Amino acid sequence: MNMEEANIQSLIEEQEFTINMGPQHPSTHGVLRLILKLQGEMVREVKPQLGYIHRGIEKMCEKMTYQQIIHLTDRLDYFSAHILNEAVCLNVERALEIEVPDRVKYVRTILDELNRLASHQLWWCAYGMDLGALTTFFYGLRDREKILDIFEETCGARLLFSFNVPGGLMYDIHPNFQKRIKEFIKYFRKKLPEYDALLTGNPIMQERTIGIGYISKEDAINYGLTGPPGRASGFSCDVRAHQPYSAYPFVKFNEALFTEGDTFHRYKVRIAEMWESMSIIEQLVDNIPEGDYSVKMKPVIKLPEGEYYQRVEAARGEFGVYIVSDGNKTPFRMKFRSPNFCNLAPLHILSIDQKIADLVAISGSLDFVIPDMDR
Amino acid sequence: MSFNIYDFTSFTKSIDEGLMAVMSPFWAVTIEMILIGVAILAFYAVVGLYLVYAERKICAFMQCRIGPNRVGPYGFFQTIADLIKLLLKELIPIKNADKLLFNIAPFIVIIASFMAIAAIPFAKGLHAMDFNIGVFYVMAVSSLGVIGVLIAGWSSNNKYSLIGAMRSGAQIVSYELSVGLSLITVVILAGTLQFSAIVEGQATGWFIFKGHIPAVIAFLVFLVASTAETNRGPFDLAEAESELTAGFHTEYSGIKFAFFFLAEYMNMFIVASIAATVFLGGWMPFHIGGWEAFNHIMDFIPPFIWYIGKTAFVIFLMMWFKWTFPRLRIDQLLTLEWKYLLPINLFNIILMAFIVLMGWHF
Repeated sequence: MNMEEANIQSLIEEQEFTINMGPQHPSTHGVLRLILKLQGEMVREVKPQLGYIHRGIEKMCEKMTYQQIIHLTDRLDYFSAHILNEAVCLNVERALEIEVPDRVKYVRTILDELNRLASHQLWWCAYGMDLGALTTFFYGLRDREKILDIFEETCGARLLFSFNVPGGLMYDIHPNFQKRIKEFIKYFRKKLPEYDALLTGNPIMQERTIGIGYISKEDAINYGLTGPPGRASGFSCDVRAHQPYSAYPFVKFNEALFTEGDTFHRYKVRIAEMWESMSIIEQLVDNIPEGDYSVKMKPVIKLPEGEYYQRVEAARGEFGVYIVSDGNKTPFRMKFRSPNFCNLAPLHILSIDQKIADLVAISGSLDFVIPDMDR
Repeated sequence: MSFNIYDFTSFTKSIDEGLMAVMSPFWAVTIEMILIGVAILAFYAVVGLYLVYAERKICAFMQCRIGPNRVGPYGFFQTIADLIKLLLKELIPIKNADKLLFNIAPFIVIIASFMAIAAIPFAKGLHAMDFNIGVFYVMAVSSLGVIGVLIAGWSSNNKYSLIGAMRSGAQIVSYELSVGLSLITVVILAGTLQFSAIVEGQATGWFIFKGHIPAVIAFLVFLVASTAETNRGPFDLAEAESELTAGFHTEYSGIKFAFFFLAEYMNMFIVASIAATVFLGGWMPFHIGGWEAFNHIMDFIPPFIWYIGKTAFVIFLMMWFKWTFPRLRIDQLLTLEWKYLLPINLFNIILMAFIVLMGWHF
């Protein structure tokens, strides 16, 4: 029996029909393909299919020097490019036992948090779109633009920064850096309540999300759910708090934790994280120490033989870089632990026996970036 | 031929008499029909295009944008340029589609809205067909559009389109009830189904003010239900972009897509017109019974302006909904209708009947 006949059979016998959601679909945020079995409006089976944007990045890394690898990490989760760059740099620095100056740590952390803010803003825009509220898109982008301007002034790029290099930063910060950030924080503290007014408090939005797509803490841990989806289920998994890196040991912040584990609380975690990010930046921005922006490094970096692992908290969850070095200038093996791949895993338990509209709301709340799943 | 902006009756009558004088009644009526048809068609096209423009400007205003601003002053001719583009676009033939139904569907949708517009009174005497069952006629005709939507979804041979069409069917059949019942509430108050008589009945005050609380409730219910009936956000489940890509019109391109697009805007215009006519007095100026001087001042504003103003107000409300609210889910949509709007409506009719019986209305 061929595929088509099987489909017709299941349509007649079980009243189920199969549709492809993706690879080109407005709400899969890229080239994710979900094979759905539907019974009317109800989703009975979800099978994610990856491979549409596989570039073999981990294999490519084996032929590249560590400075070059940084530019590839940009292309994973491009909405938290700076954080991903930093993960590689931290790993290399730790392997070489280099202590970067405090100035580097502070600037890196500030940019991390700005990057997280920009990422969450973009997620907020897109999430509104997923739910059918089209206006959110422009509110979020309006504010994100201001962050991108700061990035542009700092490193010349707006999306794929590659500003981190092993040993520090590519160049020193712009003289306007602190002023611009303080202006932005002042501005965004006024604008963030607008997000709540427009979407969070909306009864339709709450009807659509509260209690939908529940995942328990046990399941969240079993499936390796990290980042906002994990924390919405009560899994305290913030690497910034548990294994602080860069300037995180110097700041005080609360890990946004909820126990409800539904779509609405995944939303709330991100809104809470935006507030926290602003408070982290405020703690750091006035205290950037003077000093070098980079450690003098040799042009060819050779890591000592061994295995190195570094995790950081990207905007979508825990991002890990695993390097196996044989003492050469290129890694022997490279592996990225990407948050999105693990966050996709429980999609079938979250969205089974829900409506198509719920599936969209759920996958939006997991905030997929497909090139990060499919390296 | 006398032309009076406050009363078109003598103007239309003089055209009729002029034609009757020079030819046989059969040809006179035929030519009148053609004239009215052309006039309505032109009106339809202009309103459709400028509603699209208005929506783009209003949504831009709500989204901190400027909106169309390149073609003509303030982008005024943008939609005309868009129309020309759509006219020139290739009509992509769909393999395995039901050709006949696929081609017929956009026409059914657009004819339904075209028929409804004929019964709407635009100003005193400017009224193509004044049936004694006008409200009933508009209700009946406007619900034909859903057949076109269902056919479009079915014949496209696309699963997303089919889901969109089925959603649309469920939605429109449900909300038709609320639209009808909320109009009946006012018909009880007016005592007639004829649009001209309904408008005349509001000479001493609009029905939304005359009819106490039940009229206000009926207006709100009508606003919600008619937004749903026209498939507009937050009830745009039939084309839910984030779920079904574009729902029932996914496979349509070029001018056939433009027909669906235009019909959507014209349906919005029609329900806004009905809301304006039935609840807000149509072309009748704002009158307060007994205040002769005030009423006289209000009469200076031409009826057509009153009508357009009221319709524009209702249209703005509907656009405001669309650009603010997230979309409902299909079960929530049906729950809203069958568990909330319908019981409220039935109760409201009884309340209105009681008020009319007791003579408590103004």
